[in-house]
Amino acid sequence: MGGQDFQRTMPGAQVHFSRRRTWWSYTHLDPILTLLLLILAGYGLFVFYSASGQSEAAVQRQLIRYAVAFGAMLVIACTSPRLLRRWAPWIFGLGVLMLVGVLLFGVGAKGAQRWLQLPGLPRFQPSEIMKLVVPMTLAWYFADRPLPPRLKHTFTVLAILMLPTLLIAKQPDLGTSLLIAASGIFVLLLSGVLWRYVFSAIVLAGACVPLLWMLMRDYQKQRVLTFLNPESDPLGAGWNIIQSKTAIGSGGIHGKGWLNGSQSQLDFLPESHTDFIIAVMAEELGLVGVLLLLAIYLCIIARGLWIASQAQDTFGRLLAGSLTLTFFVYVFVNIGMVSGILPVVGVPLPLVSYGGTSILTLMAGFGMIMSIHSHRTMVTR
Amino acid sequence: MRKPVALKDHQRERRTFRFRSVLAFAVVVLMMFGLVSRLIYLQVVEHERYRSLSDQNRIQLQPVPPNRGLIYDTNGVLLADNRPSHNLSLVKERVPDLEATIAELSTLVQISERDIEGFQRRLNQRRRPFEAVPLRFRLSDEDIARVAVNFHRLPGVQIDAELIRYYPYGQSLVHALGYVGRINQRELGEVDQQNYSGTHHIGKLGVERFYEDQLHGRVGVQQVETNARGQVLQVVERDDPTPGRDLTLYLDLELQQTAEQLLGDRRGAVVALDPETGGILALVSTPGYDPNPFVTGISGRDYRGLQQHEDLPLFNRALRGRYPPASTIKPIIGLAAIDSGTVGLGHKVWDPGWYQITKEGRFYRDWKRQGHGMVNLRDAIAESCDVFFYDIGHRMGIDPMSDYLGRFGFGKITTLDLPEAHGALLPSRDWKKAVRGRSWYPGDSLNLSIGQGFMISTPMQLATATMVIANRGKWINPRMLKAMSGEDEQGNPFVLDVPDRKLMPDIELNRDSYWDYLRRSMVEVMHGKKGTARRSAKDSPYRIAGKTGTAQVVRIKQDEEYDAEKLAERHRDHGLFVGFAPANKPEIVVAVIVENGGGGSSAAAPVARELFDNYLLRESQLQSQEQLADNGGAS
Repeated sequence: MGGQDFQRTMPGAQVHFSRRRTWWSYTHLDPILTLLLLILAGYGLFVFYSASGQSEAAVQRQLIRYAVAFGAMLVIACTSPRLLRRWAPWIFGLGVLMLVGVLLFGVGAKGAQRWLQLPGLPRFQPSEIMKLVVPMTLAWYFADRPLPPRLKHTFTVLAILMLPTLLIAKQPDLGTSLLIAASGIFVLLLSGVLWRYVFSAIVLAGACVPLLWMLMRDYQKQRVLTFLNPESDPLGAGWNIIQSKTAIGSGGIHGKGWLNGSQSQLDFLPESHTDFIIAVMAEELGLVGVLLLLAIYLCIIARGLWIASQAQDTFGRLLAGSLTLTFFVYVFVNIGMVSGILPVVGVPLPLVSYGGTSILTLMAGFGMIMSIHSHRTMVTR
Repeated sequence: MRKPVALKDHQRERRTFRFRSVLAFAVVVLMMFGLVSRLIYLQVVEHERYRSLSDQNRIQLQPVPPNRGLIYDTNGVLLADNRPSHNLSLVKERVPDLEATIAELSTLVQISERDIEGFQRRLNQRRRPFEAVPLRFRLSDEDIARVAVNFHRLPGVQIDAELIRYYPYGQSLVHALGYVGRINQRELGEVDQQNYSGTHHIGKLGVERFYEDQLHGRVGVQQVETNARGQVLQVVERDDPTPGRDLTLYLDLELQQTAEQLLGDRRGAVVALDPETGGILALVSTPGYDPNPFVTGISGRDYRGLQQHEDLPLFNRALRGRYPPASTIKPIIGLAAIDSGTVGLGHKVWDPGWYQITKEGRFYRDWKRQGHGMVNLRDAIAESCDVFFYDIGHRMGIDPMSDYLGRFGFGKITTLDLPEAHGALLPSRDWKKAVRGRSWYPGDSLNLSIGQGFMISTPMQLATATMVIANRGKWINPRMLKAMSGEDEQGNPFVLDVPDRKLMPDIELNRDSYWDYLRRSMVEVMHGKKGTARRSAKDSPYRIAGKTGTAQVVRIKQDEEYDAEKLAERHRDHGLFVGFAPANKPEIVVAVIVENGGGGSSAAAPVARELFDNYLLRESQLQSQEQLADNGGAS
């Protein structure tokens, strides 16, 4: 393998420079990834129309969100990864400050404070920004340090990771803190942290489960209990899972047909256009439709990991890899919870569920991945 | 100072990353596979189960309540109607915040404390999930509009239309018909749950209660497609309910209302019977009350108002009023004396104005201080001479009196279809021994012979006994129901399933002519020179047979506090009258009681006369009109 080392650093660069610079390359977008994302967005809109109760207004709003998010992706793709890397720790510091701000004087509903209302700015969720900033910061941390990381560095990274994760879990926003923790752990795993550290951490985590249970809010405990036995409260907490399983199961292989899902169209399915939209798809388009969606997701993840492995520096590799794998966590947790194998935590189906912030964050993440890919140079650091 | 920075081994790093990302991708594919297996499990393996669950969600079986049978009077006048009423209901499972929703609703329509109270009570009763629980009844059109425009922000709120009972004649008929009300917890346990699954009302009293099964009908069922908010989108399949049977009663609304007007604001009761059928023509108890508020649930305050009213409007005097029969039973006492052979028809008694069992004994006074002189049975009945009856009562003793009174239905319930009917009390030797723990004294017989003392009867019993006299001992049990609509399973007209069994044996006398004697004596009451009710029979175009009665009111204890004026009023005697007309061919039997009305001849007999006139002259008018029409057709 050793003989190929030099070559392996080069092929991407070679391709990049051997190709003629077209107008397309000025956008810094990755054509394959862009195409896959467009297909996903189109397919998502198709299902969204049905899930929103055939509301053209809702589709229009979702369309505008896609447009804004694609714009953001374009801008970030054009930004040099070096810039991202330089700014990462500062944005992280600012982000932590804002999370503290959320806890102190944030606004929100249903017993959770997630939003920050700063004068002169629109209301926003600092935790969403942290989904990008945390992997950026950890990648920045590892960029100049020898890898695989030593124990000391590993602990430093875990400490950096714990800070925003706990602040967000305290809001409480279990879904987002889970995604952020996952993004940090992916950076660690991809950095080559020694397996023995990994396994001891798993053992330690297993021991911490009872402790975690004690720290959980009542509504979170309730969610876990409901997940374990949804039938115990079929009209209250279990209603969502029972109805979504019924929607998925009743769809069968071929589905009931677009706009024909009785569970979704007759409002039995709660949150049908947000977190539970996969159930609408499963009911109306059947197993075939969901497999198609999973195939698109798998292609996006494959492309993201490919780009990560082609990155020229540690920062780019770790960031692109972590963002791609976190994207998969979205997919897995969302489908897992809707189909009843994971607890109901508020994680949307990426790029399909209704919700401006999550689409914007995800697309910005893909913008970073594309930026990493399109800003490669001949000289490696 | 700074430790030498360890050199980064880029190639090693890259190798590690590549290995780990391949590994990660493998894990991703594996987990995807896990998701796919889960989906295959749900969508392929368990598909049938979830499909039927989804259909159950979508398709709901809804009970369709049958329309309650209507009630008509004997001439076809509608006495109990069904009218649409709109209720505001909540489906608890779909209301996010019950209190907030009720608060919100109360800004739109008036919701009183007792509405909420009743709602909470109904909410805690046994009910199916997702069943709408009514919060307010009888919404006005304006209320409906105000709630309807706000439906979008009031999940779980709905407006239901249902047909509810309406009694157009209100308090005039409440003691005869009874009423329906909301089914309570106890009744819910007693009825056929399935048949009542869509029904909210049940007969509480009277005819409504007795004929509940027939009036109710059979529940229907429909399969409807609903959304998660329970709104019906379409009816998939429907099995229509069988409406309840319409009832036609013997009740004559005109007679009933006339009786009510005649009693006016006096407390009292009137029972009128058709001696040929036993049909109850009128059943009046005053004061009455409006049953309509009871249908949707009367407020606690209004109910207490009725309950604590000094005139006891809720009390059904006609069926449950406990009155001494007084002189109205004298014809039966007389009949007992002659038929048991105690005395002959020619028996005469000298009445000096009092009676003594022994020379030293206490004086039993006649109502006429100077006495009636020499009287036989007919005179004694006509003039209501007490001493004559003291005499034969003493000669007979308790046993024949109790026996004969019992054969006329006293102490028993003889009505067929009135659940409130009461047996009152017919004293006997055994009764006194068992209840009072004392033997029967001769003085008790004397009191009983003039209908005072232990004996208690209801106006219904007095009317029934009089009907037996009018029918010469032939027993027909009084009843409300004349006919029922509908067909039986073979398609024949529905035969009454009112218990038509004879509850009482006919009365056979040793000599049938005693009946004539009795009737003539009672005619003498009305038309004789000394008859106690002769003023009430004046100028009647038909002969009346009757008997007045004046019942002493039980003395009020000294230590009870009463308003002086009321004390005087409530101390006055009850006026009673029983009679039938025309005397030789009875068409109507009447019993009247006016509480604290004074004497029977002055208070009760005039009421009876008006009723006879109303019923007989009206009918003869009808007949003559028919004859005129027939003649006209023939010529």
